[in-house]
Amino acid sequence: MVASRTSMSSRLALAAALVALVAAAWPAAAQLPTYGLGRAPTAEEIKAWDLTIPPDGQGLPPGRGTAALGKPVYVQRCAICHGETGTDPKYFVLVGGRGTLNTDKPLKTIGSYWPYATTLWSYVRRTQPFDEPGSLTPDEVYAVTAYLLHLNGIVKEDDVLDATTLPRIQMPNRDGFVPDARPDVGRRPKTPPR
Amino acid sequence: MNRRRFLKRGIVVGMSLGTGAAHAQSAAPDDPSKVLGGPKRPYGQRSRFETSARKAFRGKTDEHGGSMTPLGDLHGIITPSELHFEVQRGGVPDIDPQKHRLLIHGLVDRPVILSIDEIKRLPSVSRIYFLECSGNTQSEWRAPGLPTVQGTHGLTSCTEWTGVSLALLLREAGVRARASWIIAEGADATGNERSIPIAKAMDDVLIAYGQNGEALRPENGYPLRLFVPGWEGNVNVKWLRRLTVVDRPYMTRMETVEHAGLMPDGKARRLMFVMDAKSVITFPSGGQRLRGPGLYEITGLAWTGRGRIRRVDVSTDRGHAWRRATLQEPVLPLAHVRFSLPWRWDGREAVLQSRCVDETGYEQPTLRDLVKVRGVNSTFHLNAIQSWKVAADGAVSNAHGAA
Repeated sequence: MVASRTSMSSRLALAAALVALVAAAWPAAAQLPTYGLGRAPTAEEIKAWDLTIPPDGQGLPPGRGTAALGKPVYVQRCAICHGETGTDPKYFVLVGGRGTLNTDKPLKTIGSYWPYATTLWSYVRRTQPFDEPGSLTPDEVYAVTAYLLHLNGIVKEDDVLDATTLPRIQMPNRDGFVPDARPDVGRRPKTPPR
Repeated sequence: MNRRRFLKRGIVVGMSLGTGAAHAQSAAPDDPSKVLGGPKRPYGQRSRFETSARKAFRGKTDEHGGSMTPLGDLHGIITPSELHFEVQRGGVPDIDPQKHRLLIHGLVDRPVILSIDEIKRLPSVSRIYFLECSGNTQSEWRAPGLPTVQGTHGLTSCTEWTGVSLALLLREAGVRARASWIIAEGADATGNERSIPIAKAMDDVLIAYGQNGEALRPENGYPLRLFVPGWEGNVNVKWLRRLTVVDRPYMTRMETVEHAGLMPDGKARRLMFVMDAKSVITFPSGGQRLRGPGLYEITGLAWTGRGRIRRVDVSTDRGHAWRRATLQEPVLPLAHVRFSLPWRWDGREAVLQSRCVDETGYEQPTLRDLVKVRGVNSTFHLNAIQSWKVAADGAVSNAHGAA
């Protein structure tokens, strides 16, 4: 019985290996079934490019950081453009502007305008620093994000940002966005927009 | 500026400076039929007397900005690729098409990586479409901003785009039932990424590699871009390398922090996709000059993201009386349409305006009506009636907001 179980499980293992082999061999020819073009991406290829993070934080990598840890990173890698305090208008102003959105001179910053902290994380991870895009480690991105949120009075200096805490941050302008109301001017269309 | 003025200016500059531009080197023969012509060229180039060019604007850095189409110099509806407007946030990437790949993954049964050669083996379609940046005309919210139509409206262009239907690719990849959006990402330094509803993706969106019969220009997405007919320029992701099929919009920087329209109450409209109907007179327009009273042809362009332009009216008296302009064939959906109207100028000050209506009945609004609802801080999607003032001396200037 023992022997037969072993032989059955080894036969199963062989069958599973065969299925895996076939599965690995097939997709190369069958990704676009009608045209027989394209190959299946590897998990590594997808991971290298798929860095967009939605508001619920899906896809955030391991790592952590605090504003205290982010300050030296910011000073070294970001301040040359954005200024020591994130208020240099030479580039995009990052700090301040709360309460200005409904005035004649709205100032759109991370603190006053950005609706999701995940958007900030994702953008910094992929595109910053401007002249070395994508060169910060996940830990550095968590830390710099924490520092920018701290400068805007949204997190405390030692609050830890990671894949769990980042999506929970309530940005001040979280509810500041509304659906597109057009056509709001001009005659209303008789047929829906295509 | 008309051709004659260009010609004249080119010759004057050439003679006075005697350096630099090709037309400075020698005068053209008085009778070209009496001398042998020049050599053949492997890649065509315009006459040395033609100098029309895009006008660059700088954003926050040299890599952040773009350049605008000289609409006032162009004929017909097709924008030459060389003069198609461009906007970049991290410079124009240098991409080897042999190395470039498109990844389609997410909520699909068969994730796939395709090379450009493979994409070109798929059934191709070619369509003439306008492309307009939603920031076009943003200088004009508060007061007449820029002097010429190139500055006020030069972030729209119209060319023939060739590529593969995105719906075909998505069907081949096997989109799953709960898929409702796609994320498109470019391979440039700022990795432009936008969320697009699956309904549009399955409708008329193209994965384009061709522009006016040849490969895309680098500044327009070489070797591959998304083309989303009738929708704001930024969703037409250039240097396209990734399409992720998902079940919700991802709220990227480009669709929350930028391209959202800030209303007077401090709330911002987001995911403003469709370009509203818009028209502008390109002759006579700001910076041009009429040489005395007489007969002129007023001409311009109209377009809409909601299908076809049905009618264009022109006023020469500040919007009191309107006359119906002629629409030049072809009148294509989601493309620039050329309109024209003969006008006898009496030599007195006049304000010229055009206003279009599209097939949905939408009528291009006045700036006043637009501002009444949206205030002056929404930046994007200014499609108001444009006014050009013709002074008694024939000089034409921007009088936006006159109606």
